[in-house]
Amino acid sequence: MGSEHIVSSFDNDLAELNHMVARLGGLAEQQFAAAVEALETRNTSNIDAIVEADKQLDKLEFELNERAIEVIARRSPMAKDLRRIIVALRVAGNLERIGDYAKNIAKRSRVIIEHEKSLGDNVSIARIAGLTQQMINQVLDAYATGDAELAMDVWDRDMDVDQLHTSIFREVLEQIGADSERVSAGSQLLFVAKNIERIGDYATGIAEQIYFVKHGEFPSQTRPKADDSSSSAIDQS
Amino acid sequence: MTDRGPQKNDPIRAARQAQRLKKRYRKERRFRAFGMSAVLLATGILAFLMTSIVYTSIPAFTHHNLTLDVTIIAEEVDILRDDQGLVTNVDANWLGFVRTALRDSFPEVTSRRDKRDLYKLLSIGAPDAVRDAVQADPNLIGQTIQVRLPLSDDIDLVMKGLIDRNLPETDRLVSDRELAWLDKFIAEQRVSENFAIQLFANGDSREPEMAGLKGALMGSLLTMLVTLLISFPLGVLAAVYLQEMAPKNRLTQIIEVNINNLAAVPSIVFGLLGLAVFISFFQLPRSAPLVGGMVLALMTLPTIIIATRASLASVPPSIRQAAMGVGASRLQVIMHHVLPLAMPGILTGTIIGLAQAAGETAPLLMIGMMAFIVDTPTDVTSKATVLPAQIYMWANNPERAFVARTSAGIVVLLSFLLLVNGLAIYFRKRFEKRW
Amino acid sequence: MGWPFTSANVLRKDGKMSSQEENIKIRTSGVTVHYGAAQALHGIDLDIRANEVTALIGPSGCGKSTFLRCINRMNDVIEDCHFGGKIEIDGEDIYSGEIDVVELRARVGMVFQKPNPFPKSIYDNVAYGPRIHGLASSKDELDHMVETSLRRAGLWQEVHDRLHTSGSGLSGGQQQRLCIARTIAVDPNVVLMDEPCSALDPIATAIIEELIEELRSQYTIVIVTHSMQQAARVSQRTAYFHLGHLVEHGDTDRIFTNPANKQTEAYISGKIG
Repeated sequence: MGSEHIVSSFDNDLAELNHMVARLGGLAEQQFAAAVEALETRNTSNIDAIVEADKQLDKLEFELNERAIEVIARRSPMAKDLRRIIVALRVAGNLERIGDYAKNIAKRSRVIIEHEKSLGDNVSIARIAGLTQQMINQVLDAYATGDAELAMDVWDRDMDVDQLHTSIFREVLEQIGADSERVSAGSQLLFVAKNIERIGDYATGIAEQIYFVKHGEFPSQTRPKADDSSSSAIDQS
Repeated sequence: MTDRGPQKNDPIRAARQAQRLKKRYRKERRFRAFGMSAVLLATGILAFLMTSIVYTSIPAFTHHNLTLDVTIIAEEVDILRDDQGLVTNVDANWLGFVRTALRDSFPEVTSRRDKRDLYKLLSIGAPDAVRDAVQADPNLIGQTIQVRLPLSDDIDLVMKGLIDRNLPETDRLVSDRELAWLDKFIAEQRVSENFAIQLFANGDSREPEMAGLKGALMGSLLTMLVTLLISFPLGVLAAVYLQEMAPKNRLTQIIEVNINNLAAVPSIVFGLLGLAVFISFFQLPRSAPLVGGMVLALMTLPTIIIATRASLASVPPSIRQAAMGVGASRLQVIMHHVLPLAMPGILTGTIIGLAQAAGETAPLLMIGMMAFIVDTPTDVTSKATVLPAQIYMWANNPERAFVARTSAGIVVLLSFLLLVNGLAIYFRKRFEKRW
Repeated sequence: MGWPFTSANVLRKDGKMSSQEENIKIRTSGVTVHYGAAQALHGIDLDIRANEVTALIGPSGCGKSTFLRCINRMNDVIEDCHFGGKIEIDGEDIYSGEIDVVELRARVGMVFQKPNPFPKSIYDNVAYGPRIHGLASSKDELDHMVETSLRRAGLWQEVHDRLHTSGSGLSGGQQQRLCIARTIAVDPNVVLMDEPCSALDPIATAIIEELIEELRSQYTIVIVTHSMQQAARVSQRTAYFHLGHLVEHGDTDRIFTNPANKQTEAYISGKIG
C-alpha cells in the first residue's frame, strides 16, 4: 500500500499487521455467519464449536497488539504509517468484540431454539443479520484496499441497521405482550437483535478508522443515528 | 573476496595467498632495510664531517704562553689621571719592557740578528698583555711582575706537535736555536697551555694567534638582528594579506607565483641588488650590517611568506567560523585566533629562513662584508664582517695556524646556529596551543 | 494590522486563523542562493516566529544549511556565493547596505555541527564575545555575564571550579554547551543551530534538547537537523526542504501526523522518492 519504505523490513512489518487484521476479520465474519445460521436453521450442533472458536479470536487480537507495540517501538512511525498502526490496533479491538457478540448470539440462540417451536418474525432477524454481514464484508474489503469511499458507504448504511433494530424491538415487544409464554425466547431475541445492531456499530467504527488512515482526520459529520429503541415503549392496554 | 564455489579451489587458493603474503613481507623488509641504510648513510656522513671538523678545531682553543718577569720602570710610564685622581690610562714602551725581560733570560744573545730571532719567540700581542696587567693595577708600576705572555703562532704549533721537531731545519718553520731557547723555558717551567681567550676576545688579525671571532660574531649578530626586524614583520603581514584578505583573482595568483620564484633566485643576485640599490643609489654605508641585513632580509622574505601562508591555511576553518559567528570582524578573527594558532608554523619558517641567512656569504661579498676588518662593530652602520665570511677569509690564509682556527670558526658558527634554533624552538613551544 | 499583512501560509489547514500575537521574528521572501552557476536555493518564503523553535529538515544537499547561513550572512565569506531575495529580522532588511555584518552576527548567533571552542580557557571562550563588542564595563560585570551564560547553558555546575582550564578539555557534549554559552553571552535575539547534536551521544543530545526547550523562552531558535525524531521533539514549527525548494512548512504536530504534501510524507516516513 503506497510507496515502499527504504528499509524493506518496515514494509514487511506493516504487511504482517494487515494480514493479522484480515485473519481476525475473516474469523469474526465466520463466527457471525455461523451464529446467524444456527439461529435460522434452528441447529444447535455448532453452537459449542462457535463458543470454543472465540478463544482463537481473542488470541489473535492479543498477538496483534503485541506486534503493533513492537513496530511502534522499533520504527518510530510517522504520519500515515503511525495512523495505520494505531488503526490496526483499534480495528482488531473492534473485530474481537464483534466476535464476542457473535459468541453471545450463539449462546442466546440455544435458548431461543429450545423454547420456541416457531418464530414467524425470523425474517426481520434474517434481514438485519444480512445487512450487517454485508457491512462487515464490505468494511473488511475497504480496509484491505484502503478505500475510504467504500468505507463511508458502510458508514451510511448503519442508519438502516439502526432503523431495522428499532422495528424489531417493537415487534418483539408486541409479541411478548400478545403471548406471555414467549417472554423467555422473546427477551433473548431482543438481546440478539441488539447484539447485531452493536455489531453494525462496530463495523461503522472500523469504517471511520479507515477514513482516518486515508485523510488524517475523522469524518466531520456526526454519525447518523436512527436507533430509537431506547425510547420505545408500547401501549399496554 | 567471497567464497564462490564450495571447497573445491580452496587449497590452491590458500597456497597462492600464502605465497603472495610472503612476497609482500619480503618487499616490506627490503624497503625498511633501504630506509635504514639511507638514514645510516646520511647520519654517518654527517657524523664523520662533524667529528673531523671538531677534531681539527681543538688546537685553536688553547694557546701556549710564556711566563716572564717583567720590570715596569716607573719613570718610563706616563700616567693619566682624571679629576678624582683615578688612573685612566697608562702609557709606556711596553715592547721595550718585554724585550728587556727576554734579553735578561738569555744574556748570551748579543748580536742584532740573534736578538731579533729571540724577540720572534713571542707574539706581537705580548706587550698588550703587560699593558693590560698594569692598567688593571697601577700599583704595579715600579715593580717586577710575572706576566703571562702569548708565544708566537709557530712556537705554539711546535708545542702542539703540529710542526714536527724532527724534520730537518730547512723544512721546518722554526730554527734549532729557537727550539733550544724554547726548551730552556720549558725546563724552567715557564711555558703553560691556557684557554685561548683571544679567539673570542679579539677581532681579526694578520697574526693567527691574535686573530679572534669577536668582530665576526658581533657582525653576524647585528646582521641577523636587522634581517629579523625587517623580514619577520614584512613577511608575516604580507602572508596574512595574501592568504586572508586578498581577493582570489589573477593578480593575486601572479603575486603568489612570483614569491615562490623569489625563493629560488641565487643569493648572489640579491647581493648585486643590494650593491646597486642600497649602496649606489641610496648611498648607504658599505660593509655595514644594516645593508647586509637588508639584503638577507630580501632573501629570507619568500621563505617566511611561504611558511606563514602554509601555517595560516592549516588553521581549521571551524575556529574562524566560530569567531565570525560570535561577531568578530575579519581583522579580529586574524589577530585573535588565526595568527596565534599559526604561530608555531610561522616561527618554524622564520627559524629556517634565519638559519639559511646566517650562513650566507655570496650576497655579503657583493656589498663588501668580506673585507679585513679589525674593529668590533658597535652599531648597524659601522663596518663589519660575518662569521661565514670570516671563516672563508681564514681558510684562504696560508699561515699554518689558521687551519685550526678555520675549523674553530666553523664550530662557533654551528654553535651559534644551534643556539638560535634552540631559542626559536623555545619560543615556538611557548606559543604552541592545542586545539 | 489585519490578516492581509501576515503571510498566506499562516491560514492553517484546520481553518484557524493565526492570532496577532504570533509575531514574526524573521521573514524571508524569495531567497535564492547560487554557488557559481549551481543554484542551491530556489525562492524560499519562510517566516520564523519569535520565541519558537523552527526545525529545518530535509535530505543531504537540500539547502537547509545554506538557508540557515543566509540568516546570519555567513555565506558572505564564501567565494562565488550569490544571494538573492530578502531577509528581514524585526522588519530590517539584513542585506541592505546599512547593516553592519559584525553587529548582525552578535544579534544572530550560531552553533555549529562540530563543537568548536576556541583554544582558550572556558572563561575566555565565553568572555570573548562580550569583550570584542564592549558589552561589559568592568571585570565584575564580565564575570557576571560569563556566569549567567554558563548557567543558562546548563554548564555552570560542572565547570565553575575550573573556569581557567582549557575549553578543549571538556567532553563533546560539554564543549557544545560551552559553544552555546559563548553564543548567548553576547545576548543575541536569534540562535541558529546547524545540526548541533549530530556529533554527540544520545545522553548529551538529550541534555541539549532540554536546553533548547529552556532557551526558547528568551531566544528565537532555528535548528537544522537530520533527525526527524529530534525535529519532532524540539520544534514547534517545521519546514521541509528538498533540492533547494521549500516543499512544506507548518506546525510540527501536523507535519508529522498528517503532512499535506506527498513528498513530505515520503521523506518523514522513510520512503523512497
